[in-house]
Amino acid sequence: MDDFYQQNILDHSKHPRNSGRLGQPTVSREELNPLCGDKLHVDLLIEDEVVTDVRFTGRGCAISQAAASMLTEEIKGKSVAEVRAIGKDAVLELLGIPVGYTRLKCALLGLKAIKAGVYGLTDEELDDDELS
Amino acid sequence: MTQTIAPQLDIERIRADFPILQQQVNGYPLAYLDSTASSQKPAVVIEAMDRYYRRYNANVHRGVYQLSEQATEAMEQARSKVARFIGAKSAREIIFTRNTTESINLVANAWGRSNLKHGDRILVTEMEHHSNLVPWQIIADATGAELDFMPIDGSGRLALDELPRLLSEQTKLVAVTQMSNVLGTINPVKAITVEAKKVGALVLVDGAQSVPHFAVDVRDLDIDFLAFSGHKMCGPTGIGVLWGRKEILQAMPPFLAGGSMIRQVGLRRSTWNDLPHKFEAGTPAIAEAIGLGCAVDYLSAVGMDAIHAAEQQLTTYALEQLAGIDGLTLYGPPVAERGGVISFNLDDVHPHDVAAVLDRHGVAVRAGHHCCQPLMEIFNAPATARASFYLYTTQAEIDQLVSGLEKCKEIFR
Repeated sequence: MDDFYQQNILDHSKHPRNSGRLGQPTVSREELNPLCGDKLHVDLLIEDEVVTDVRFTGRGCAISQAAASMLTEEIKGKSVAEVRAIGKDAVLELLGIPVGYTRLKCALLGLKAIKAGVYGLTDEELDDDELS
Repeated sequence: MTQTIAPQLDIERIRADFPILQQQVNGYPLAYLDSTASSQKPAVVIEAMDRYYRRYNANVHRGVYQLSEQATEAMEQARSKVARFIGAKSAREIIFTRNTTESINLVANAWGRSNLKHGDRILVTEMEHHSNLVPWQIIADATGAELDFMPIDGSGRLALDELPRLLSEQTKLVAVTQMSNVLGTINPVKAITVEAKKVGALVLVDGAQSVPHFAVDVRDLDIDFLAFSGHKMCGPTGIGVLWGRKEILQAMPPFLAGGSMIRQVGLRRSTWNDLPHKFEAGTPAIAEAIGLGCAVDYLSAVGMDAIHAAEQQLTTYALEQLAGIDGLTLYGPPVAERGGVISFNLDDVHPHDVAAVLDRHGVAVRAGHHCCQPLMEIFNAPATARASFYLYTTQAEIDQLVSGLEKCKEIFR
């Protein structure tokens, strides 16, 4: 268990980075994970195809909140194309722990919200298979 | 003359995998010729389910403890195996149901109620099993849609030349079996799909008899739904599959409602979970899904093409032997257009009596209307006896059937 709840995960979940809402987001997205009851709201500010700001609020398990927090740091300053290219493995690398089948949904909730938001800019739907 | 080169099955080795076949019935070795009703199970499938109950039984998609993780992973691996087995694009397109019947009822209710309206038409065939007929009758009644029927000829082949007449812009769905459970007829699904697409109709294929016996690829067939059962393909009862195109499944409302299928529930309103869970309300048949995944591995290892070729050989042999019995009526098309299912009647002996005599001879065959009463009407037979073959069937068992039928003739002379 001690190798699962590592210091960085506890730190991110207790003190989420980029917490809150944006005044005038380019796009907002809410995602739910029925397994743990995790809930995330993500606001993105996109200027000239670059994510210039991001905020999120949410409640849920430490894995879902920590992964979302780490992702917001990761995507700030990245181009929309770069954000679109982020996959499951990148999130697992950020977390740095083995995540089993059922917890994968928790770990990828933030990515799901961010990618679905970015895809929504061009009226595209996120294909769930991108996250499995 | 064309020569089919297919890998030969090592039938004795295969039979050793099926514990149930190693027994005598009424003093004879068991000749199980009713795999069309339900197949037997190899030991690996039985053991896989046993292992789940003994070592990691827990509910799936709920707990985060190790047993639940293990159970969830095993079940989802089974889903992926099934997806690969039928050439599905994604495991999310695999909905676990109880059986073929439930899979078709799911489409009839969830898709039918939200897509059919007065004046729409559903095209089915005269050879459908009741499970691919009655759900459409009920949904037609409920929505004001009407049924059309593709007729069959005297040999039990679909009259394909009738298709253009039967299809119209009003046709919203074509529901067809890929292989008849009575006649053994293998229907040209691909050709039917080509015609159906011309009028924009969706195609649902009843794969209960085809998926267990030959390679079926949903993308190659270009169909929209495929329904089949685990227990006819070396898997357990209580587990079936509905495959559907993802975009169609996503647009469909749920069928059964309750746990697992929800995303968020309020007192007045709820939203639905992602595929496939949207269509899997309640605790699923976990052991059975794992068993089905194992059955798919087993069949794949033997090879679907080899299984089909062996069954064709057996069917050729059986048709030849049966044709030599005076007073025997055979139903269905020539061997090139059929699988290993042979329906027959012996003089005017009722098929139940034929089956009872055969049972005294250690031979298990089905007798009755085979859930195809309209088809029985067409052939003017109240019932038939039916022998069917699978990967473990031997020529000796067919010989045992033939000698049992000779015995039957003596008794009812």
